Amino acid sequence: MSDSHELSRRDFIKVTTGIVGGLIGAIIGLPSVYYLIDPALREGGKEAWIPIGKFEDMQVGTPYPFSFTRVQVNGWERTASSFGGYAIRKSDSPEDLLILNSRCTHLACTVNWSAEAEAFLCPCHDAAFDIEGEVLDGPPPRALDVYAEHRLTEDGIIEIFFKEA
Amino acid sequence: MWKNIYLWLDERIGFNDLYKNLLDRPEPKTNWWNTLGSASLFLFILQGLTGIFLTVYYTPSPDHAYDSITYIMEGVAFGWLIRGIHHWGATLMVLVVFIHMLRVFYTASFKYPRELTWLIGIGLFLTTLGMGFTGYLLPWNQKAYWATTVGTQIAGTVPFVGEFILKALRGGPELSALTLQRFFAAHIWIIPAVLAALIGIHLYLIIKHGESHSPTKED
Repeated sequence: MSDSHELSRRDFIKVTTGIVGGLIGAIIGLPSVYYLIDPALREGGKEAWIPIGKFEDMQVGTPYPFSFTRVQVNGWERTASSFGGYAIRKSDSPEDLLILNSRCTHLACTVNWSAEAEAFLCPCHDAAFDIEGEVLDGPPPRALDVYAEHRLTEDGIIEIFFKEA
Repeated sequence: MWKNIYLWLDERIGFNDLYKNLLDRPEPKTNWWNTLGSASLFLFILQGLTGIFLTVYYTPSPDHAYDSITYIMEGVAFGWLIRGIHHWGATLMVLVVFIHMLRVFYTASFKYPRELTWLIGIGLFLTTLGMGFTGYLLPWNQKAYWATTVGTQIAGTVPFVGEFILKALRGGPELSALTLQRFFAAHIWIIPAVLAALIGIHLYLIIKHGESHSPTKED
């Protein structure tokens, strides 16, 4: 049988089983992969101007803490996520404002300003950042992120530009 | 290199023996009705896989069960396909297992030395029905709610221990979050574990005894 050039009955069955099985596997398997990774392919990216506080309340040289929450619809549930940071006023000009994100660049814990240490300290792995957000000590790979865009409203309130991940 | 890996594995596992015992067994001359056992096994595996995928998004809580299923059907890519296969596969599995059982009965394949295979097969049929019963509640819609109300009420009519059975099934006197949670646990852990174990024994016995001949006129 095996030395003939024609496909034997046995081999035909084997090949057909393989093809049909492969097809069924692909028809169920490929959509399953898509099904599993679907949430990772979603685009967020909603943009908003978020008020963080009155400009007159921010004092030169003292980081001004702020926080805000954003509600996102995840699946069948609305989830509130918290964000925060520090505004550091440098002069009378509202342009001259450094707004740091308090999310540690190491593994995303929240850093806090310590007036004693004159640094932003991270409780998780002893990271320290100076008032400009630069790394002083510890494992972080880079300086604290900044909210690059901000504006002053007519009511004297500072708003930052926020884009969801 | 692949050849070496294959040889290393083959020496320890024995692919040839596996192939001979599992796929190249001598078969009596029979017909397509004798493939229903394999069809049942295939459906079990399919239900297992799609079920595992469904648990990625499903939530067994009265607040969110229905919403999470709506999300699977409308929000997730191919969610409708995965749930559709699980939904229709469930009905098909009950049907195929039952017809498989009828075939065994009509060809008298349950006789010596295969009585144990038959008894375990009964267990398999009952656990399959159990899967259907517990899975039916999980969407937590009107049909699911009332079907389970009625089903557990029927179980409650057993003399003397009925009320206990009803409370044990529902996790209390009435349908509640506890009912949904324990039906979910039964549906994805307890009954599948029993089912898988019984299938293992069933398959072992089939491989040990081989398939029965179809009865002839003299039988």
